[in-house]
Amino acid sequence: MSITYLEAIREAQAKALADDPRVFIYGQDVGSFGGAFKATKNLAQEFPGRVIDAPISEDAMIGSAVGAAIEGMRPIIEIQFADFSTVGLNQIINNAASLFWRTNVSCPITIRLPSGGTSGSGPFHSQNMEALYAHYPGLIVMTPGTVEDAYSMLLEAVAIDDPVIFCEHKYLYYHLKAEKLPSEAMPVGKARIARPGRDLTIVTYSAMLHEALAVAEELATEGTEIEVVDLRSVKPLDTDTVIASVARTGKLLCVGETFPFGGVTAEVIARVATEAFDLLDVAPQRLNAKDTPVPFHPNLWAAHRPTARSIMSAVRNLLQN
Amino acid sequence: MPQTLVSLEATAKVSSPCEQFTQAFRWMLFGRLLDEKFATLYRGGKIHGGVFLGRGQEAVSVSVGMSLRKGDVFAPLIRDLSGRLAFGEPILDAVRTYFGSSLGPMRGRDGNVHRGRPKEGLVPMISHLGAMIPVVNGMLMARRFQKREGVGATCIGEGGTSTGAFHEALNQAAVEKLPLILVVANNQYAYSTPSSRQFACDDLIDKAIGYGVDGHAVDGTDLTACLKVIGGAVENARNGAGPQLIIAKLLRLCGHGEHDDAHYIDPKLKKSTLGRDCLKVAEEQLVKQNWADSDLIDRWRDEFHQKIEEAVALVQREPGPDPFKENWQAISSTHLVEMHNGI
Ligand SMILES: Cc1ncc(C[n+]2csc(CCOP(=O)(O)OP(=O)(O)O)c2C)c(N)n1
Repeated sequence: MSITYLEAIREAQAKALADDPRVFIYGQDVGSFGGAFKATKNLAQEFPGRVIDAPISEDAMIGSAVGAAIEGMRPIIEIQFADFSTVGLNQIINNAASLFWRTNVSCPITIRLPSGGTSGSGPFHSQNMEALYAHYPGLIVMTPGTVEDAYSMLLEAVAIDDPVIFCEHKYLYYHLKAEKLPSEAMPVGKARIARPGRDLTIVTYSAMLHEALAVAEELATEGTEIEVVDLRSVKPLDTDTVIASVARTGKLLCVGETFPFGGVTAEVIARVATEAFDLLDVAPQRLNAKDTPVPFHPNLWAAHRPTARSIMSAVRNLLQN
Repeated sequence: MPQTLVSLEATAKVSSPCEQFTQAFRWMLFGRLLDEKFATLYRGGKIHGGVFLGRGQEAVSVSVGMSLRKGDVFAPLIRDLSGRLAFGEPILDAVRTYFGSSLGPMRGRDGNVHRGRPKEGLVPMISHLGAMIPVVNGMLMARRFQKREGVGATCIGEGGTSTGAFHEALNQAAVEKLPLILVVANNQYAYSTPSSRQFACDDLIDKAIGYGVDGHAVDGTDLTACLKVIGGAVENARNGAGPQLIIAKLLRLCGHGEHDDAHYIDPKLKKSTLGRDCLKVAEEQLVKQNWADSDLIDRWRDEFHQKIEEAVALVQREPGPDPFKENWQAISSTHLVEMHNGI
């Protein structure tokens, strides 16, 4: 038996619904249709009245999730594509994220964002929003890069008493498979050493994890050992694990799939440079998408975001230093 | 900080029209006097941030607050002091939030009109107009899941009806057939912008049919009409008739905030019936019906003045928040707080 990243997300939601009567799912086409990606397949049938089709109203969907949370529910909101969460941005950053700070009433909502690029999706169905949401106080931002994490972190997202932005990567939906669902999990907030090494650290998360691992694999044949750190959640960001890795390797490349200005790679490098400058043998580097909207055509798309090839050349440059 | 909303006359059953009208008038008067106190304190430089008054809108606001019961949801907006008091908000919550007292419900983290007790159905507004409507919807959806009773009311100005949030939320409430009472005070201006620059339909009430909800128009200067129409709409919602849209027409009898002299308001409007002061109209009505005389009303005024002065005197001695003792933590999951907070 094997299970995909997408099926893991579906299974986590089924378990959350089964275990906790406060949980419900609200989103466009999530009901009997089972969701645009089938992440809620059969859930409406299995949990009648608890998996509800929403009108195309991201502001109202997220605003109502905040209200339901105040009253003790634990809503999961499926945004059809992460890109459309901008229509609900106000509710996320101003209502959900500020509620606990202002009122001492927590806001346990999970907002699932099918994120990231797949070839041909173009500027409005490809975005990664983690940097935007991580900027705001009051939110937890998860970026699972494995089937196991997709499952266990989504369950934890629902259990956490704060608003969680759950960035699930569409490219991984069908590509990524595991033997079975995990029975135990690392705690949220801890990064994972996805592959140990002593020559250079790549810090990354979500779909880029697999590009980085491919590079590490290839370089291993040449005798170069790359350590790959999977952040798992970008907020909180496990700086300690990153710095411990840099202490071992002295070289840091940070890879993110999204736009270059600010963002997760900049944050990681800022923290390492301010807190562990002495551990660095060479200037840390970062690799991101280009500073343009995400292009439609596969030729452009493949050149827009980091790939194993571009990561490889960034790694070689760093190693030559 | 008292743990619950005060169960004042507000939530008590009122039996006769005389009793109901008199109570409503008292809350209007209390709200007006407290608003005026906040304005005075603002002019004296005692209040941080803006002060927004409900002057001229008390009849509408109080009718919402009085029609709701304990267990219902109320999301007031900037001109709803009277409605808040009638719903059961303790006067100390208001005064403490204006002064930023650390003993108030917002503990200096948010101020002035941005106050409430979400767990008790009084939802603290954020500034973004329209944003509170779906929150009320969600609270009502939760009650449906939990098989709990209750309706939810929220107020907004005609300017706020132009937001996307207003549209999404009213449509959502209609689709879900929620017991939402959405009260629009059309006070003719959104800050300085007249209604003609805000919407192009003849009357906002025309929108009700488009959303598939019940619509009710009311003269917002007439307390009797407001109690009847808003009270009736709340009962309709309670009885399962779905969302109720109320459009109350009136005129803002003050600046947008106390920083604004409102020079742009058309003098013709001020002289029209729209420009009547609902508090005066109600007072005349009280006297005409022989439900109160001017002596009694003066005594009420003294009673409220005294309550207000006592509250202000108390709160002025209370500590503000201490930045060194503040818990600078924006999430409730302490184990997930970033160690790198504040770099
Ligand atoms: C989304 C949003 N845009 C702008 C503002 C700034 N603003 C605050 S009150 C106001 C006017 C509101 O007018 P209206 O809704 O008619 O209510 P009134 O003040 O007349 O009671 C504006 C523009 C805001 N609070 N929210």
